[in-house]
Amino acid sequence: MSELIDIVLNAGFWAATLRIVSPLIFGTLGELICERAGVLNLGIEGIMTVGAMAGWMWVYQGGDLWGGVIFAAGMGALFGLLHAGFTVYLGLSQHVTGIGITLFASSLSYFVYRMLLPAATTPPKIIPFENIEIPFLSDIPLIGEALFNQSPLTYLALLSVPAVWYVLHRTPLGLAVRMAGENPVAVEAQGIDVLAVRTGAVMAGSALMAVGGAFITMSWFDAFYFGMVNGRGWICVALVIFASWKPGKAMLGAILFAGLEAMQVRAQQTAGAFIPYQFFLMLPYLMSILAMIVMARRAQYPQALLVPFRRGERVLTLKRSRG
Amino acid sequence: MREAQSVQIEARDHVSLMRVSMAPILAILATMVICSVLILWAGVSVVDAYALLFKGAFGSLFALKETFTRSIPLIFTGLAVAVAFRSKFYNIGAEGQLYAGALATVFFGTGLVNLPAYLMLPFLFLVGALAGGILLLVPVLLKTRLKVDEVVTTLLLNFVVLLAVSYLIEGPWRDPMAMGWPQTASIVDAGVLPTLVSKGRLHAGLIVTLLAALLIWLLMRFTVLGYEIRAVGFNAKAAEFSGVNINRTVVITALLSGGLAGMAGTSEVAGLKGYLTLDLSPGFGYTGIAVAMLAQLHPLAIIPAALFLSAVYVGADSMSRAVNIPTYIADVLVGVSVLAILVSVMLTRYRIKWP
Repeated sequence: MSELIDIVLNAGFWAATLRIVSPLIFGTLGELICERAGVLNLGIEGIMTVGAMAGWMWVYQGGDLWGGVIFAAGMGALFGLLHAGFTVYLGLSQHVTGIGITLFASSLSYFVYRMLLPAATTPPKIIPFENIEIPFLSDIPLIGEALFNQSPLTYLALLSVPAVWYVLHRTPLGLAVRMAGENPVAVEAQGIDVLAVRTGAVMAGSALMAVGGAFITMSWFDAFYFGMVNGRGWICVALVIFASWKPGKAMLGAILFAGLEAMQVRAQQTAGAFIPYQFFLMLPYLMSILAMIVMARRAQYPQALLVPFRRGERVLTLKRSRG
Repeated sequence: MREAQSVQIEARDHVSLMRVSMAPILAILATMVICSVLILWAGVSVVDAYALLFKGAFGSLFALKETFTRSIPLIFTGLAVAVAFRSKFYNIGAEGQLYAGALATVFFGTGLVNLPAYLMLPFLFLVGALAGGILLLVPVLLKTRLKVDEVVTTLLLNFVVLLAVSYLIEGPWRDPMAMGWPQTASIVDAGVLPTLVSKGRLHAGLIVTLLAALLIWLLMRFTVLGYEIRAVGFNAKAAEFSGVNINRTVVITALLSGGLAGMAGTSEVAGLKGYLTLDLSPGFGYTGIAVAMLAQLHPLAIIPAALFLSAVYVGADSMSRAVNIPTYIADVLVGVSVLAILVSVMLTRYRIKWP
């Protein structure tokens, strides 16, 4: 028990937690925006891979770091547009399209990487984002040391939580997005183009996912490896359910997750001799499943999630069968 | 005037068999056209590249054997996905179920059970199927009892199973005779699937998987259970109203689906290496989704669809050795084909009315 307290009172633990949580926050917020508009985006795993590759490659080819982040976001938005074109305009299965986008996006990332770097046996490196130490605040013991000495992308992740909350819950645009996922007929009755709102939401959400991927190669690590997103996208999908589609809860859920993961990295160092490392690596996936079980009965799905909207169709799609 | 300008999508009253069979052909053509952009980027002539791919997959007896060998697990996983998707149960966990089947095969096959070959092989397929089915039972019960979304749980379980395999082959199940390679011991001789042709890897798993496809087709087409599976997928509410026990149907479907994926694991272990490593499957479970979609979930159409995608992988391997195109082109072709078939099926079932 005292070992546990030692871990939690260590600034290094909190710094690691904030590093692990950053891609999860971007991904979870991105998925949350899509689902709030009524579109499940299972392309997330592939879109994060695209972001990881595109942002890294931009910098490796001589571009600057922020340019890479914007490039990654743009590529994410493009794949979001593809997903929206299929699911929103053509009304195709959101499940299958999302899996297709993931297969396509991740294989395309690997293909492009191999095309541009055919001979690379050891993954080449870039100079990643450096931590920004905020004067005075970073001198506060524990919290300050961990929170105010981070990569700018981590600050961006933390700031995007209130930003997404504000847009979703305090602006007419956010209202339109949420209503597109709850009652699209009512949105249409207001003279708002449901399909455009949903497409915009999916593109914005996908851009955020891609930035989450870019964080992994541009801030956490400094190179692009194959399979480096490693299921983080799927964990984000579970986190959205865990968070009941609320940005603040999504951040808390992600921090809880990242904290447990950071703890297992430390526990691995002490208990690694007795417990094989694979069991530690299983934890995030098992916890995701557990999180979904815990929230299952309370989950308040957006009412029109998975339901395609066709203009002029007067079918009420409010109560859908699940199961 | 917004309504008048917008594009309308209407279901066709009648979809002819011709239209249905056109869909995958259209999708494959579209996929090849889209991916030709990447081939051009690599500086290779598109015609040459696809000719090399075709030659690599069908051009020699060796290539042909290899294409058929690779199609065996894809038929199994394609069937697994098709059965589940028919009842709108989105099992994306065929990869994990395949490894679960492989684990069961090496657990029972490496000496724990000794039977003559004619009993041993069916037994190994049975335990493989049970392992796959039981693994899928977890997401199924979570869905039917607690309404937990099965897509995410099946996906997450893939990672858990792979880590379990990694632990077992590095730890307790590691073969001490394998010179330090992380792999299990080999299964007993009676459990090894015989090869079908001299010189080559093509094994009797092909017969098992073709039989499985036939049986699944008969089951879906001519039995009450098959009818119920399709009814639940088509309209769960209506099915329930007419007396179908939805939860029971979904559980049986899932056992079938997980079982088929588990059999892929048995067939790969017993037909190829005889032992289990972490690279047993280069994503057969995920490619199974593409197989099932190209086949439009029809059990018999799974066979040509699996052969086609297997040819893509085998052909792309040899193409990338001949010209400078990364092998990932095969995965891109598979990914694009999933998206293309969705659109082409829609085009054949619906008509788009332009303003």
